[in-house]
Amino acid sequence: MINKVRPHITQNEDLLFERSSPGKVGYQLPALDVPLVDAAAALGAVNVRSEIEGFPEVSEVEIIRHFTRLSTWNYAIDLGLYPLGSCTMKYNPRVNELVARLDGLAWAHPYQPEALAQGAMEVMARLEAALAEITGMDAVTLQPAAGAHGELTGILLIRALLEKRGDPRKKVLIPDSAHGTNPATAAIAGYAVENIRSNDRGMVDLEALERVVDKDVAALMVTNPNTLGVFEANIKSIAEVLHKKGALLYMDGANMNALVGIARPGDFGVDVMHLNLHKTFSTPHGGGGPGGGPVAVKKILEPFLPLPRLKHVRNKWTFDYKRPRSIGRVRAFYGNFGVTVRALAYILAHGGNGLRNATVDAVLNANYLRKKLEPYYDLPYNAPNMHEVVFSDDRQAKLGVRTGDIAKRLIDYGFHPYTVSFPMIVRGALMIEPTETEGKRELDLFAEAMISIAKEIETDPEMVRTAPHNSRTSRVDEVAAARRPVVRWKPPRAGSKAAD
Amino acid sequence: MSYPEDLRYTKEHEWVRVAGDVGTIGITDHAQKELGDIVYVDLPKVGAHIEQGKSLGSVESVKAVSDIYSPVSGEVTEVNETLAQAPEKLNQDPHGAAWLIKLRLSAPNEAKGLLSAADYQAYVGAES
Amino acid sequence: MLAACGVQSAEELFAHLPDDVRIQQPLALAPGISEYEIVDYFRNRAAECANGYASFLGAGVYAHYRPVMVDTVVSRGEFLTSYTPYQAEISQGTLTTIFEFQTMICQLTGMDVANASMYDGSTAVPEAALMAARVTGRNRVLVARTVHPEYREVLRTYARYDHMPIDEIAYVADSGVIDLEELERKIDDQTAAVIIQSPNFFGIVENVKAAAEIAHRRGALLVVVFTEAVSLGILQPPAAADIVAGELQSFAISPSYGGPYAGIIATQEKFIRQMPGRLVGETLDSHGNRAFCLTLATREQHIRREKATSNICTNQALIALMATVFMSVYGKQGLRELAEQNLAKAHYLSGKLQPRFSGPFFNEFVAATGRRSPDEINQGLLKKKIIGGLPLVRWYPELENCVLLCATEMSRRERMDEIAQAFSPVQQAA
Repeated sequence: MINKVRPHITQNEDLLFERSSPGKVGYQLPALDVPLVDAAAALGAVNVRSEIEGFPEVSEVEIIRHFTRLSTWNYAIDLGLYPLGSCTMKYNPRVNELVARLDGLAWAHPYQPEALAQGAMEVMARLEAALAEITGMDAVTLQPAAGAHGELTGILLIRALLEKRGDPRKKVLIPDSAHGTNPATAAIAGYAVENIRSNDRGMVDLEALERVVDKDVAALMVTNPNTLGVFEANIKSIAEVLHKKGALLYMDGANMNALVGIARPGDFGVDVMHLNLHKTFSTPHGGGGPGGGPVAVKKILEPFLPLPRLKHVRNKWTFDYKRPRSIGRVRAFYGNFGVTVRALAYILAHGGNGLRNATVDAVLNANYLRKKLEPYYDLPYNAPNMHEVVFSDDRQAKLGVRTGDIAKRLIDYGFHPYTVSFPMIVRGALMIEPTETEGKRELDLFAEAMISIAKEIETDPEMVRTAPHNSRTSRVDEVAAARRPVVRWKPPRAGSKAAD
Repeated sequence: MSYPEDLRYTKEHEWVRVAGDVGTIGITDHAQKELGDIVYVDLPKVGAHIEQGKSLGSVESVKAVSDIYSPVSGEVTEVNETLAQAPEKLNQDPHGAAWLIKLRLSAPNEAKGLLSAADYQAYVGAES
Repeated sequence: MLAACGVQSAEELFAHLPDDVRIQQPLALAPGISEYEIVDYFRNRAAECANGYASFLGAGVYAHYRPVMVDTVVSRGEFLTSYTPYQAEISQGTLTTIFEFQTMICQLTGMDVANASMYDGSTAVPEAALMAARVTGRNRVLVARTVHPEYREVLRTYARYDHMPIDEIAYVADSGVIDLEELERKIDDQTAAVIIQSPNFFGIVENVKAAAEIAHRRGALLVVVFTEAVSLGILQPPAAADIVAGELQSFAISPSYGGPYAGIIATQEKFIRQMPGRLVGETLDSHGNRAFCLTLATREQHIRREKATSNICTNQALIALMATVFMSVYGKQGLRELAEQNLAKAHYLSGKLQPRFSGPFFNEFVAATGRRSPDEINQGLLKKKIIGGLPLVRWYPELENCVLLCATEMSRRERMDEIAQAFSPVQQAA
């Protein structure tokens, strides 16, 4: 029984280029108060383009309808739960949108005189301090634009420290349960990647680690809780093993939603970590970004942080560029300030207690779903889970239905799918993270949907395998898209029937 | 599908057909089944030197990439250009028209150490 | 719910954590505050920044009108609060707009394919360099000194451990364009990429074709960078480039003290599989309806892991959407008219000052400050609530008494007259 959704008429809509017609305008500029300049004379005739071929010409009404109609084809947090593991799809507070748009902040140019940017610098400093407190670390940089960017920054910091000590070393250890950005990042930083297997509890195998850590190992990149939602109970010992051999511990902070207010990575041996502001700290995903990937470090790594650093001198904020050991910049300017504002607003709204409550609720919600779904889906690892839980599709696979199919059928029930087939150490993973945003009602609807699907698989597996059936767009042909990629619209050739 | 007798096979699911000092290399039916719909094949250029057991390229489905390990060593003399336009051939005819590359073998005896059709059949029968 | 979990209190769910990792006292953060107080806090911070100033700063971040439509569209919850469109069936809104975005970037830049955004222009540059290295199998990079200084810093940070030696090419002292003769001398068979910016950091239009010829003759790729997207409304697109790496902040993206912005990488068809970042492709659903989906994902980190073309995951989708709406509002005619206004404003201002370089410029130029120092002039302007040009000495010591000035469609004639006044009266006569 599908309880969360009912069919609804949605508008069709063409591409902008297909609605375009010469002479339509959607803008009006003020009249020029200076003389017009002849472009060919000013720029050189050879530098002037004749027109932007194919660029759309549409009216304002067409624009608002175009984007509004398209928006109705999307699922969103504002519509309901996203059970995506490791994504922490929590509510995006609207007050954040308002404050980020305040003129003084939104129009601030990164090169405007410091005296006229004190408010912005104060906001950055405040977030740095709050994140340092939350993570138990000594210093924070807001420069990285997203998690992966933060990871790169973190590994570059490690490299810089080890170089200063005389040997950058050769490899980075990464658990086989890690997010794909981890090995990709290590490779860019010039390290070889060595996979370390998880034990039968899904955690880093401490003995295996001890055997493998030698003078060639620069760091271990760990996610805690790991991608199974399980807390690495041995984390302090893991840190000790690494530190004894002069290696460092990097923590991927994607799962901080399980730890804020409960445990601090700085307290359990982490040397450097990144945070995902667009996960734990509520900044909106916006269809794929922007994010914010601040990096928090222990004192030993502080001299290497990207420059500039914020400094408080004689009661004023200033940017300090005298950082001879800095790894340099990882991007122009200072970071995703607009995302910084939103994250700080979230922290101010919650305060220490509120943040802790959010964590507790997140863990409660995940455990509630685990209990509801355990009778129907295989749980490959029996350890206590925190803010997310990972099932496997083993039981359903026997009937020919895989996690990807179940995910698609979930769409018919009015939900966005959970994270499919990740982590890779679980066969046919279903990774579920409800976050603290969800109340019992939405969770129950989700559990009911998952249970109903499990039952459908027993009686009509083919129907589940070919889902979704009720969505506006049915299963898309990803194979054709990859075999013959068409990544842009092209105008139809004269005489041909349709656009390519 | 039965595995052609005139081919030799590897445990990584590649095959080679040896004719004199020319080796024709491909992936097996088992491999293409495991990969699902193949969308792209990344192959070396003519003139490249390939070593037995080392990666000569990769084959991609929508969600996965698999390295192709060469069953034998040699210099690439021909590359199957049709696969660029029609990678689906690998799903349709992996042992015939969808061969990947041809090598001038540097050590023709290498193929003798590989699996026969019967051995490979038993191997994949045991695996699945 | 607690009952279902088999516990009396939610705290029990944390009991399995080792005691020595639990924090012993509450986080030292101020208690949570109300919405009104949050708004108050940020209003006060906003008041401590420039308000009501006329800014003539450019240098990679530009002041352009933001059509109201932009925030209207991106504020829709279905766009704002949606996830990355991995599940195509319920993400067609996002996927369609990205497909349109990719198309418009191609139309603007003259390239065949464009990705769905990079973090920003500055990080798009090393991504382009790494891409050129993959394509050519070489590792040397030549970058013009007229590429934005901070972009070059980022390139160095990324390249340091990728065994990618970087060498700079000077600019010609009087024209302000890249020294093509020096490029010719320094390029060799190990050069993977030649990186130039046009309009360059000084605002001057480079001879892209000539640079391309030099690069291609030696088998290197030409990467053309842009920081002022509006320039593409009037300038010939860099069609001779192999890779275009750019910044779209000018397209309705708030300056926002440095970010978030949206970068792009665009390239020729033949390099598509070496591109970093997400790509949206066209396909059909099972009923034969046109649909869009993420494609060529095997380039990316979640599949290729350490062999990925980049480590990028989250990009700048919502920011790219702002740019898409901007591009639709202005459209073919509007972007041209907007560019013409920018050209007119900047040339009005430059006509009253002493441009340092003779090369053709778009909406930015370098002005010599004569006997007065840049700081002196700018202090005077601040009293009139004008933020003047950017002193260049911090990156170009040889340009000690020069500032980089930018005028856009938002710049008013009266303010530009005041700037002319502030530069010594002697200059007025010129």
